[in-house]
Amino acid sequence: MAESIKDRVAIVGMGCSKFGERFDCSLSDLIIEAAYEAYHDARIDPSQIEAVYFGNVRANQIAGNPVADALKLNGIPMFRNSNWCCSGHVALINACLAVASGVYDCVMAIGAEKLKDTGFGGLGIGRGDSAVMENRRTAPGSFGLIATRYFSQYGLSMDEGRRMLAKIAVKNHANGFLTPKAHFHKLISVEDVLNSSIIAFPLTLFDCCGNSDGASAAIITRADIARGMRTDPIYVKGFGSAIDSTMPHFRPGFSWTSFPSLVKSSHDAYAMAGIRNPREEIDVAEVHDCFSVTEMCIYEDFGFSARGKCRSDIEEGFFERTGGLPVNIDGGLKCFGHPVGASGIRMTYEIYHQLQGTVDNPERQLKNVSRGLSNTFGGPPQFSCVLILGNEKG
Amino acid sequence: MGKTGIISAGAYIPYYYIPRAVLSAGWDAKGSKGNRSVINFDEDSVTLAFEAAEDCLGILDREKTDALFFASTTAPYAEKAHSALVSTALDLKDVFAADFAQCTKAGTSALRLAMDACSAGSFNQVVVTSADCRNAFPKTSQEQMFGDAAAAAAVGTEHVIAELDAVVSTTNEITDIWRNAGDQYINIAEARFVTNHGYMTEMVKAIKAAVAKAGLSFEQIDKFIFTTSNMKDHLTLAKKLKIQPEKVQNTFMMEVGYCGAAQPLFLLTAALLEAKPGDRLLLAAYGNGADAFVFTVTDEVSKLKKNTISKYLENRGELRSYGQFLSFRGLLQADPGQPYNIKSSTAAEWRLQDTYIRCYGSRCKKCGLTMFPVNRVCEGCHSLDDYETFRAPDYKVKVFSYTLDNYAGRSDFPLLGHIIAEDEMGTRYYMNSTDFMREDIQVDAEMEFTFRKIHNLANFVNYYWKVRPVRRMKGGND
Repeated sequence: MAESIKDRVAIVGMGCSKFGERFDCSLSDLIIEAAYEAYHDARIDPSQIEAVYFGNVRANQIAGNPVADALKLNGIPMFRNSNWCCSGHVALINACLAVASGVYDCVMAIGAEKLKDTGFGGLGIGRGDSAVMENRRTAPGSFGLIATRYFSQYGLSMDEGRRMLAKIAVKNHANGFLTPKAHFHKLISVEDVLNSSIIAFPLTLFDCCGNSDGASAAIITRADIARGMRTDPIYVKGFGSAIDSTMPHFRPGFSWTSFPSLVKSSHDAYAMAGIRNPREEIDVAEVHDCFSVTEMCIYEDFGFSARGKCRSDIEEGFFERTGGLPVNIDGGLKCFGHPVGASGIRMTYEIYHQLQGTVDNPERQLKNVSRGLSNTFGGPPQFSCVLILGNEKG
Repeated sequence: MGKTGIISAGAYIPYYYIPRAVLSAGWDAKGSKGNRSVINFDEDSVTLAFEAAEDCLGILDREKTDALFFASTTAPYAEKAHSALVSTALDLKDVFAADFAQCTKAGTSALRLAMDACSAGSFNQVVVTSADCRNAFPKTSQEQMFGDAAAAAAVGTEHVIAELDAVVSTTNEITDIWRNAGDQYINIAEARFVTNHGYMTEMVKAIKAAVAKAGLSFEQIDKFIFTTSNMKDHLTLAKKLKIQPEKVQNTFMMEVGYCGAAQPLFLLTAALLEAKPGDRLLLAAYGNGADAFVFTVTDEVSKLKKNTISKYLENRGELRSYGQFLSFRGLLQADPGQPYNIKSSTAAEWRLQDTYIRCYGSRCKKCGLTMFPVNRVCEGCHSLDDYETFRAPDYKVKVFSYTLDNYAGRSDFPLLGHIIAEDEMGTRYYMNSTDFMREDIQVDAEMEFTFRKIHNLANFVNYYWKVRPVRRMKGGND
């Protein structure tokens, strides 16, 4: 690493739409909802935006058109990425790099996804490039592979393993219950999780996040001018982004209990942010909980829990709102659903407000937090992004 | 060059069977006794024929094969060489491939010509593989009597297990059993007309002529192998020819059913498994005429794996729904479900046939790492295009991890196993499972590869591989 990004750029405004089954909204409406909240929060005029970094996977239109058409941002560059679940984070990271390079002073990162216009409940059949090799691959089917292998490797019975995962879902639902913009507001018990219908054994309905619509946006500026725009800018401390070579399904020797991309992206972000002991130094984290088992895997790959030992942390409530390291305090993907391109910036929105002390429901506001982490993890799964924020320089 | 004859035989019975009572219950009627075998939704005559040939090749040197004949009345394409597809799935190279079709005698037509070709020195090792999954009108007795199965025989002149002594064929222009182009179901003329002027007449004629041509008497034949479309025609035929019932080969009508063009080789395989050296077998098959063969079994018959048929009969799953029976056969369209996200292309299928059809992986020549499918760049050492290929289905695999997905499959069979499998070299595979019960899928469970029909995207049949709990390789090829 030539030079860390730490304290060189800041987030001065963020917006996030209501997430859910937004049958009443187009992609354009969602983009407008998030972007105008962000403009307002940053106290800027749209004309001050010099470039847009857009994360989206499934829009009918390609390129930056959905944003340009919705927001009428005329004549500026728009860089779109479709890095699966990490699209929002890639937009954020690229926006930060652009400002850090000195080329732009004020850019917007925006992620938006409209999943509910397909005419059916799911995401369609099959993934990947080949017509036959992954013709029936699903997200629950791929992430469930982590659970089966983890239970087998660490000698957990199916019941023990499923109860451990259920606690993660219960925690996130308890948090999401306090989050107005979340899709789902429902308190659940471990028994509710275990007794809900099995989607992809061993994952049940409540181990899985839903499909929803949503958008989120961030206004990013140079750190040295951020204070002139607001008194409480949030500084970027570090980021990491890594993709694993060869889809894990076909990768020889792959453990299915740990992902090199998760380990590498978190380590890179820690190195930039100067974090040595993440379990102690991270105050709040939003991580990718597309399935309860994904969040479990991240505890260990991010160094929040010792390898093979996350179960005791989960049982002891370490990641709950009152625990040592609250994770997914807004309810996570479990309660927001996962509008793919929007999720990374939505997670960062929660960290931003937690660090500012401006969370929309005081019951969810943590005290004395200065370092927060957001993460998305996606693909078959294969790709991870991490962003670390702080509310003070240094 | 030795005498031409059978050098190996194999069979395949699909995983599913359905009690005949279930079919009749669909119509609130009383059914016949026994079970019939049923294809899974991912099987057709191509995949069945592949299975039988793979079984048959178990005791042979695959590389010596120089011709493959495919025989079926229910081949999936009206125009396209199924023999080319099956021979590629079998990883045969530079073979003559030909299709035999349209008649329940297609299997024995292919067998006879394979014998002639080997006798003439044209080929050294011909694999004849036959399969059928015919449809009779719902509610008919034929719907109950038919069964889906496949059988194969290899023909050659060395290490022969049953030498050909004589063969006679007859031809009879009679519209007794037929299916018009484009129809789903077969038509059958009046029963006594069909039996008396078709089957009985031609079988008697061909059988008598074959016995005479071999210079034998009926008493010198140890086993009579007669095809039959029902429970009794073969026994009536035997009575007519004054053959003791115990000399008549069991027809598997109670377990499998009438498997059309596959039946002659299926019953021949069954007879060979029980035959002793020196036994004389007579095989007679009907279909607009008859083919009758007389064979003498040799010492080499002991090479045949004794469980060639029993391993399939002992490992089956019961289908309990008439709806699934119809839907698996494409006769009833269940909820089509969500659309595919992926696209297919004939060019891609052709370009990737080493993966899709031959199921090759690559072994890096530099560091030895094996990968599936063929990878140009090695995951271990980044070498480029420095690999040799291997055929994955030659290896058993074990489950490394799995998910049993309740919603990923077709609406008529939603349960789908996502399997991460590993072979003895450490190669990793992601495959869907087929022919399984939930409890079969466990970490470390042994599985084997099977060639299956996947979907019809781009308006052609897209084939690929799946894994299943071990059926074929058990005590057989491995």
